[in-house]
Amino acid sequence: MNDPLLNFRKNPQFTNTMIPDRFVRFMRKCVIWQFIRFTVINIKMLIVVSKSH
Amino acid sequence: MARVVVMGGGVSGHTAATFMKKWLGKEHDVVVVTPNSQWNWIPSNIWVGVGQMQKKDVVFPLAPIYKKAGIDYRQAKAVSIHPEGKETDPTPYITIEYTSEDKKGQTEEISYDYLVNATGPKLNFDATPGLGDGNGQIGNHTVSVCTADHAVHANLELKKIFEKAKKGERQKILVGTGHGMCTCQGAAFEYIFNIEHEANKAGVRDMLDIKWISNESFLGDFGMGGMHMKVGGYVVSSKLFAESLHAERNVPWIIGAHVNKVEEGKVHYELLDGTTGTEEFDFAMLIPPFGGVGLKAYDKNGEDITEKIFAPNGFMKVDADYTAKPYEEWKASDWPRTYQNPDYKNMFAAGIAFAPPHLISKPATSPNGTPINPTPPRTGMPAGIIGKAVAHSICSMIKDGENAHIHEASMAEMGAACVASAGKGLFDGQAAAMTVYPVVPDYDKYPATGRDPEYTYGEIGLAGHWIKHILHHMFIYKAKLKPGWTLIPE
Ligand SMILES: Cc1cc2nc3c(=O)[nH]c(=O)nc-3n(C[C@H](O)[C@H](O)[C@H](O)COP(=O)(O)OP(=O)(O)OC[C@H]3O[C@@H](n4cnc5c(N)ncnc54)[C@H](O)[C@@H]3O)c2cc1C
Repeated sequence: MNDPLLNFRKNPQFTNTMIPDRFVRFMRKCVIWQFIRFTVINIKMLIVVSKSH
Repeated sequence: MARVVVMGGGVSGHTAATFMKKWLGKEHDVVVVTPNSQWNWIPSNIWVGVGQMQKKDVVFPLAPIYKKAGIDYRQAKAVSIHPEGKETDPTPYITIEYTSEDKKGQTEEISYDYLVNATGPKLNFDATPGLGDGNGQIGNHTVSVCTADHAVHANLELKKIFEKAKKGERQKILVGTGHGMCTCQGAAFEYIFNIEHEANKAGVRDMLDIKWISNESFLGDFGMGGMHMKVGGYVVSSKLFAESLHAERNVPWIIGAHVNKVEEGKVHYELLDGTTGTEEFDFAMLIPPFGGVGLKAYDKNGEDITEKIFAPNGFMKVDADYTAKPYEEWKASDWPRTYQNPDYKNMFAAGIAFAPPHLISKPATSPNGTPINPTPPRTGMPAGIIGKAVAHSICSMIKDGENAHIHEASMAEMGAACVASAGKGLFDGQAAAMTVYPVVPDYDKYPATGRDPEYTYGEIGLAGHWIKHILHHMFIYKAKLKPGWTLIPE
C-alpha cells in the first residue's frame, strides 16, 4: 500500500496501533454517507438522552 | 413565598434557575448570584482558541435573559454560606460580593429557603508552579481555553506560531494537562486536533511538532477509565481509537505525566514510573486542575463549618458515600443520587460543584508517592441533568412540603452524549461522537466492561462535526430561553 498518511513509521508510538486507510478516510468525509451516519448517531444519542432523564 | 438562591450561572446553575422560575412562577423568588455578566457556551471556546469563532459567538449577556424570565440576578460572587442563620435569626443566608462595575466590592447578605451551589470549578493554575501567576490567574508561559477570554488570547498566540512557521521556523506545540490531578482531558483533546486541522489548512503542518501530554495512564481514558465500544464485531477499548487518531494525525504523546513546573518554553514532569523529564515548547495549552471555588461555611455562632460542608478539594458534600475504600470496592451506588447536602436538606450542589465520592479512572501513584490520575469529569450533559433534577426536587419541596418527591440523577445510572471536535469545517470538519451509558461504570450490572455496550459508542467523521455545530446553536438558543427552550434536552 502506497499511502503517505499511513504514519506507522513516523514514530515508534504509532507502530502498533491501527490507522484508517484511504477508504475509511474518504467515507468519514463523504457527505452522503455522513448524512446517513448523522441520522444514526442522532438516534443513538436521543436514546441515551431519553434513558438519562 | 419561598426564596431559592442559585450560586453560579453556568451550565448547571442556569438550567436549575430557569426551570425553577418556570415551574414556580411569580409566587416564589429565584435569585441567581454569578460573577460574570455574560453566559458562555464553554465547549465552543475551542473554536475561539483556533480563530474559527469569535468571543461574541460563544457568549451573551445574562441580565436581559434573567429580566425576561423574572429571575433576580446579582452579578456577584458568593463568599460564604450560613445554613443556620445567626444566633438571633435562624433564617439561612449567604454573603455575596458584587463584581459588577457599579457595585464592585460591595457586600450583601441574601437569605434563602433553598440553596443550590452550582459554582463549577476554580481553575487552580497555581497548583503547578509557573502554570499560574501566583495570584490565582494563568501565568505567562502557557495559554488556556477554559474561558472565552483565555481562548481569545490563545488564538492570538497561536497565530504568532503559525506566522513563524510560515517563515520557515520550526515550532513546537504542546497541549494537554498541567498537573497530575487534572480532569477535562476532552477539552485538551479537542484543542490539539483543532490546531492540527488549522495547521493543515494554513499550510504550516510540516513546520509544526505537535505533542500531547496528559495525566491519563492510557490515551482515551478521559477521566472515565476509558470506555469499551462495539466496533466491527469486536468490543474494543477507547485506547485503540485514541491512539489511532494520534497516529493518523502524527501527534505523539507523553502520558501518565504530572507536570510539576512550568518555565518559559519548558515543562518539567514526573511520570508514573517515577522518572522525570522535560519538554520544550513554543506554544503550550495546559488545562489546570479543578478545585472548589473556595466558599466558606459558618454555623449560627459564627464557627467555621467549612470542613463539614465541603470536601478537602473544596467541592460540596452531598448524598454520596465518601467512605475511603480501595478501588476494588468502589461501587456505582457510592455516587450521589439527589445531590442534597446530608446536614442541611435545603442545600444542594449541582454540576461540577458537588464532591465526587472517588475517581472513576483507576487510581495510580508514582513510586515517589505522587498521585497521577485523572479526576472525574462532569461534562455538560450530566451537569444540566443534575441541575434540572435539583430544580424538580426543590419545586416539589416548596409545593408538597413533607410529601415532596426528591428527584434522582445518579451518574452511575445516566448516560452522556459527548461530541469531541477534531477540526471545524462544513465539509472537512471532523469530530468524535460518543455516547457512554452509564457515565460511572457499574460492574455489578455490566460485569465485562462496566457499561452497556449497546449504548456505549463512538465514531469519528464529518457527521460528528455537524452535530457539534448544531449543538452549539441549540444550547445557546436554549440558554437564551427562546420559544420552545424547554423542549431541548440537557
Ligand atoms: C474548554 C472546555 C471545553 C469543554 N467542552 C465540553 C464539551 O464539548 N461537552 C461537554 O459536555 N462538556 C464540555 N466541557 C465541560 C463543561 O463546560 C462543564 O461540564 C460544564 O460547564 C459544567 O457546568 P457547571 O455549571 O458545573 O460549571 P460552569 O459551567 O463552569 O458554571 C459555574 C458558574 O459558577 C460561577 N461561579 C464561580 N465562582 C462563583 C462564586 N463564588 N459564586 C457564584 N458563582 C460562581 C462561574 O462564573 C460560572 O458561571 C468543556 C469544558 C471546557 C473547559
